[in-house]
Amino acid sequence: MTTEFSKPSKVYFFGTCLIDGFYPDAGLAAIRLIEREGVRVVFPSGQSCCGQPAYNSGFPAEARAVARRQIQVFREDIPVVVPSGSCAGMMKHHYPALFAGDKDLPQAQAFSGRVFEWSEFMVRVLGARYEDRGEPLRVTWHSSCHALREMRVIEHSKHLLRQLQNVELVELAGERECCGFGGTFSVKHPAISGAMVNDKVDDIERTGAARVIAGDCGCLMNIAGAGELRGLPFAGQHLAEFIWERTHGG
Amino acid sequence: MAAENFEKNVDRALADAQLRKNFAFAMGNFILKRKAVFSDAEETERLRALCNAIKQRALSRLPELLEQLEAACTRNGMRVHWAETPAVANRIVLQIIESHAAGRVVKGKSMVSEEMHLNAFLATHGIEAVETDLGEFIIQLDGETPSHIIVPAIHKNKAQIAKIFQEKIPGAPYTEDVAELTAIARRTLRRKFYEAGVGLSGVNFAVAETGTLCLVENEGNGRMCTTVPPVHIAVMGLEKVVEKLDDLPPLLRLLTGSATGQLVTTYVNLITSPRRAGERDGPTEVHLVILDNGRSRIYQDPELRQTLQCVRCGTCLNHCPVYTRIGGHAYGFVYPGPIGKILTPQVEGLQKAGELAFASSLCGACEEVCPVKIPITSLLRRLRDESYSGEPQGIVPGRGCRQNVTERLAWKGWAFLNTHPRLNRAVTALLGMAGEYLPPAGPLERWMRYRTEPEFAGKSLHRRVKEEGIADE
Amino acid sequence: MSETARDRILARLQGAPRQETPRPESPVPAAAAPDRDARVARLKSLMEAVRAEVHVLPAAEWIPRLKEVLGARAIKTLLYAPDTDLGFALAEAWQQDAAGLPELVAYADPVESFKERLFGVDAAVTAAAGAVADTGALILRPTAAEPRLMSLVPPVHIAVLKADTVFPSLGDAMREGRWAEGMPSNMLLISGPSKTADIELTLAFGVHGPKELIVLVLE
Repeated sequence: MTTEFSKPSKVYFFGTCLIDGFYPDAGLAAIRLIEREGVRVVFPSGQSCCGQPAYNSGFPAEARAVARRQIQVFREDIPVVVPSGSCAGMMKHHYPALFAGDKDLPQAQAFSGRVFEWSEFMVRVLGARYEDRGEPLRVTWHSSCHALREMRVIEHSKHLLRQLQNVELVELAGERECCGFGGTFSVKHPAISGAMVNDKVDDIERTGAARVIAGDCGCLMNIAGAGELRGLPFAGQHLAEFIWERTHGG
Repeated sequence: MAAENFEKNVDRALADAQLRKNFAFAMGNFILKRKAVFSDAEETERLRALCNAIKQRALSRLPELLEQLEAACTRNGMRVHWAETPAVANRIVLQIIESHAAGRVVKGKSMVSEEMHLNAFLATHGIEAVETDLGEFIIQLDGETPSHIIVPAIHKNKAQIAKIFQEKIPGAPYTEDVAELTAIARRTLRRKFYEAGVGLSGVNFAVAETGTLCLVENEGNGRMCTTVPPVHIAVMGLEKVVEKLDDLPPLLRLLTGSATGQLVTTYVNLITSPRRAGERDGPTEVHLVILDNGRSRIYQDPELRQTLQCVRCGTCLNHCPVYTRIGGHAYGFVYPGPIGKILTPQVEGLQKAGELAFASSLCGACEEVCPVKIPITSLLRRLRDESYSGEPQGIVPGRGCRQNVTERLAWKGWAFLNTHPRLNRAVTALLGMAGEYLPPAGPLERWMRYRTEPEFAGKSLHRRVKEEGIADE
Repeated sequence: MSETARDRILARLQGAPRQETPRPESPVPAAAAPDRDARVARLKSLMEAVRAEVHVLPAAEWIPRLKEVLGARAIKTLLYAPDTDLGFALAEAWQQDAAGLPELVAYADPVESFKERLFGVDAAVTAAAGAVADTGALILRPTAAEPRLMSLVPPVHIAVLKADTVFPSLGDAMREGRWAEGMPSNMLLISGPSKTADIELTLAFGVHGPKELIVLVLE
């Protein structure tokens, strides 16, 4: 794929709260892979959460307060790269709605226009190319709902995955089906969420994949946690972390 | 319906392996069928945008179009009635039936008549309402309500249906052969069509321009109900009016493709008047009952008004991972699935039905296929906002009914933490060290019913980034 | 005048905040409309896929073909509309030679006095006012002479269609036929024999409408 945008000299990185607290290696891998392309990464220490948990739970005022902070923190007119389709979707597609009628709407809209999901950025802006140094491995891919339907970046993610020559990608029969995370849905309606994640786990088991790769750590925490409870051998890994491991030796 | 009821229903449904199997099979089938009949993605999106525009236009002129419809239908010789509530609509239907001294009415499938709980009402007045759509016929024999908007008996498999027929239809043998079961239904209902004094139907689209009622079906029972008896009563929600005949082709294409994966139904029935002078059949009396039941209230809110764009195709149900796993009855109300989740709380109020708006992961699969592009996930979020809002009572009944101190404090605390970076970093560091000692209570306990405990990283990304020397600005 | 439900409902709707949106643009057809033979072929293909039986033949041969169709089935009574061109031609043909053919039954009385006979005939033959090629459906326009129930009640329905009246789409049929200027009491699209998939999504034919639909397309 030829790139649609010229390469920026520097970008912001929004780590997301889940990566910050649970999957920092994924965040670091994503940052390193950007730097590898000769782009300077800036990680403002004032960042926290995109606000989606409150936004989806019926607390828009609290979501707006947190979103407003992020917009202030990422104030320079440079791209904001986000290693999550869910958080990127929130920032790109929902911030304008969240700030409708608010004095900061113009800033929110300007900010939203600078947001990229990580794999989208790597492909469309940086045209990243990878050489696989790892041993043969079978993996499968889970399309997170927001990456699929809001950010529409799945083809970019798979494009990166398919560059790894020794990686066999076996697709899930229910690749497009929600894993049941849905943020607070997983703890508000645990039985339904549990049924959904277990079907996803069954689907993964049927592929015989050693790993399930995804671009969203909420999904991964959900799916890998369910697989682990059932004693299944597959692991979950963020796309960036997986690529870093395959190209730079884990 | 309190939250506990829904949870109980959900648990029961999830534990019913046969139910889950039936639904998984059926919904998977519907998804494939829809994909096949809408294979040209660009054309499909164009059609969806068009139907969204048609519906938005009609809704933007709703009172004018309803008046135009009434005038045209009346000119055509139909009698138009208006009902604000199901109770009033039921009385209107009863009065028409009684004025013709009919003891039985044959019914085509109508979700609005389910909203009215018409059959039960008529029964208390000694009038038998015979469901003639095969799926409705099956569940009526079994004393159940529909579990899906298009295929009401989808939760039943052949063996279950064979048993129902054998037990409830006099003289019917036990057979699981679908052709034989269908033949039994045909024989049984033919007599009822023949004898009925009144036929009742729903309306898919009512065209204001010509005063025409458009009904679609595959079986022919709808035409039987609307053509054989001397009296035809059509019931419709007031949002079903469209402006022009020209609006029908794209709407029919999307409704049919979305509902059953067909290009066209077996029959498209366009009824414009009762039997005209010289004609030999068709009803001599046609009544149209226009039902409100909360729709005019929903209409007051421009965002929520989009709920009224629904054409009742059922495709949101088919694509919903929640519906597929719990089936239609678990919802506890007339309309299941995503449309049920946005419509019911608005009609019944958030206290009674607000729980439904939370039983979604907001995956958006429904929105992606809705033929009239209802922004279902946005409306679900809106209903969640309404549930916790501290604003004075608005259009949705029950605003603020979920407000509670615990959640308010929790989200305020969350917002405080996430707008105070140094505090946030300190708390994250603490969790990194001691997170595993969190008692498995509340949300954590519910998480861990199906998953292992999440592991807090020893060092957060913030910390690692600092250590790596990545710039702060 | 006391306020009615109608008044209250309309008042609520009129009082709501709203802005009239424009009429959507009519879709521009992607390609030139297919020619008549292509339309007929598509109609035939789609209808056969849902178990209609479609014959395409020169107009002059329709009665012999009809006789063949009837002869292949145990049809003893054939419902027809005497006051139509079709009915007239049929009556004439039967008058000349009705050997081995079903008895012609005229739908000449109101249904109230005809119902038992109607529900007992084996087949009916009607004209089709046109057809729609892109979705595969006949257009039927019941009239005083050719009542509605002819195409619904008898288990076999034979429809006679002129190939020239096959429209590319329903929108085309509506526009060319100027339907909006005056709709008949009842108008129908019929795409095949009656069917259902209500039992385990398994297709079954001949539910309440005709079990068989035979179309004679006359060129």
